[in-house]
Amino acid sequence: MPSVMLKKNAEGKLVFYVPKKDLEEVAETVEFDTPEKWGGEVLLSDGSKYYFEPIDGQPDFPVTLRAKRIDSGE
Amino acid sequence: MAALTKEETEALIQEVLEIYPAQAKKDRAKHLAVNDQSLEKSNKCITSNRKSQPGVMTIRGCAYAGSKGVVWGPIKDMIHISHGPVGCGQYSRAGRRNYYVGTTGINTFGTMNFTSDFTEKDIVFGGDKKLAKIMTEIEQLFPLNKGISIQSECPIGLIGDDIEAVAKKANKEIGKPVVPVRCEGFRGVSQSLGHHIANDAIRDWVLENRDGDESFPTTPYDVAVIGDYNIGGDAWASRTLLEEMGLRVVAQWSGDGTIAEMEKTPKVKLNLIHCYRSMNYIARHMEEKYKIPWIEYNFFGPTKIAESLRKIAALFDETIQAGAEKVIAKYQAEYDAVIAKYKPRLQGKRVMLYVGGLRPRHVIGAYEDLGMEVVGTGYEFGHNDDYDRTIKEMGNATLIYDDVTGYEFEEFVKRVQPDLIGSGIKEKYIFQKMGIPFRQMHSWDYSGPYHGYDGFAIFARDMDMTLNNPCWKQVKVPWKTDDTSKVAVAAGA
Ligand code: SF4
Repeated sequence: MPSVMLKKNAEGKLVFYVPKKDLEEVAETVEFDTPEKWGGEVLLSDGSKYYFEPIDGQPDFPVTLRAKRIDSGE
Repeated sequence: MAALTKEETEALIQEVLEIYPAQAKKDRAKHLAVNDQSLEKSNKCITSNRKSQPGVMTIRGCAYAGSKGVVWGPIKDMIHISHGPVGCGQYSRAGRRNYYVGTTGINTFGTMNFTSDFTEKDIVFGGDKKLAKIMTEIEQLFPLNKGISIQSECPIGLIGDDIEAVAKKANKEIGKPVVPVRCEGFRGVSQSLGHHIANDAIRDWVLENRDGDESFPTTPYDVAVIGDYNIGGDAWASRTLLEEMGLRVVAQWSGDGTIAEMEKTPKVKLNLIHCYRSMNYIARHMEEKYKIPWIEYNFFGPTKIAESLRKIAALFDETIQAGAEKVIAKYQAEYDAVIAKYKPRLQGKRVMLYVGGLRPRHVIGAYEDLGMEVVGTGYEFGHNDDYDRTIKEMGNATLIYDDVTGYEFEEFVKRVQPDLIGSGIKEKYIFQKMGIPFRQMHSWDYSGPYHGYDGFAIFARDMDMTLNNPCWKQVKVPWKTDDTSKVAVAAGA
């Protein structure tokens, strides 16, 4: 369960940063990304997949959340 | 010498690796790569931030060096106690040339060495009492200090002293910030973890000090310069440009910086990060907690400076954007003259670099402005995100080496035959004896500043003065002596 720091970049895309691993990736897709609901599976540009417990409404980016790693993509 | 092709560079790496035993060879192979600009991510080609191999020469420092030497040390109005035996602090004292204004020993303490000077007794019975006593003495002897930081050396973690408790107590007694930093040298694989620990200590013990206090008058143009250590005056040469374009620099982290500036940083509008490696952690924290955006910039060489000034200005209104253009125009004649003077003397020369936090990629632009080419670069303690940022800056088929060993570096140099090497004091004399011009790129070889337009002029002069120095033609390496000198040696013997 890594802690992940999330923020939006200039293009409005989600940037994913795991401090312990120096992993800095842009998210390709976010399962739920509407004003009402956010979270679920997040696919990164390196092919790895993480899961965030869905929440009501958008988080207040930048924010640190806990994620579950589903797939390393390798 | 012609540039190496991709295949030749790959072959060179294989050849250099040949000497290692199987396991070491496998391990070191991951740290050496041929640059390929088409890659988006460095982890496909290079591994970094791993423990160095036993038995090789590595140039790395320790976590204490990263915290005391880099991040905390330059905060000039605080006293930084090197807590533990005397050596760690004394042998690194004042070595980094972080310039500052103030009267040393009265209101600033940058070049002094404060230590708890541990002896056997302290190791056996613990040093907490001694530490408390030191802080009382500091208050008596240097009443104008604005705070104290405790920089742990190795033994502190080993004997399990509770420096946090001592710090809290002292903080109550003296009424100034007292910051315990758990940067024992054995933590992590290099000084890099020390930077991180130091950032965390600032986060936990300093940054919140003025939360809820709105007495500091702010402007929409407040920025903080983060990760500029004012080596030879670098931060000053940078700060003037930002101020000329209309921004207000509230804080300098940490070259010529003060604790008050750090405490005020959460009030700024934008954090400007020069050394990403050593201070990105705190910038990310401020972004999350105080919603302060941050950007990286590069003040080496006119091309990168103009790029950075425009990038910074784009985040502000038109007055600042006009200000940036004005600054670029104002200095144009000056830097054009520098290029006109030095480019003909340096054009086409090839450089190999091996430095620390940001320079292996940041100075490339400055060399290119002078018509030079960087053909090899590497970080002592970089992480993958540093190499991500390096791939695009370097030419295809150039060499990239992580935590390079003394042996590898020498072999690379012998084969690549660069015209100039930029690295540190430990490499300097080896390469000078090999007859290759060398500049120290940690301390600017006692010169500087190199940041900003003012710095570029000095940078260009220094590179020229080193590279085109007639002395290199006089150097005859012993293994290349010709017959005449052999006769001379024989005659002299
Ligand atoms: S490794 Fe430990 S003993 Fe050596 S300089 Fe660093 S803190 Fe001091």
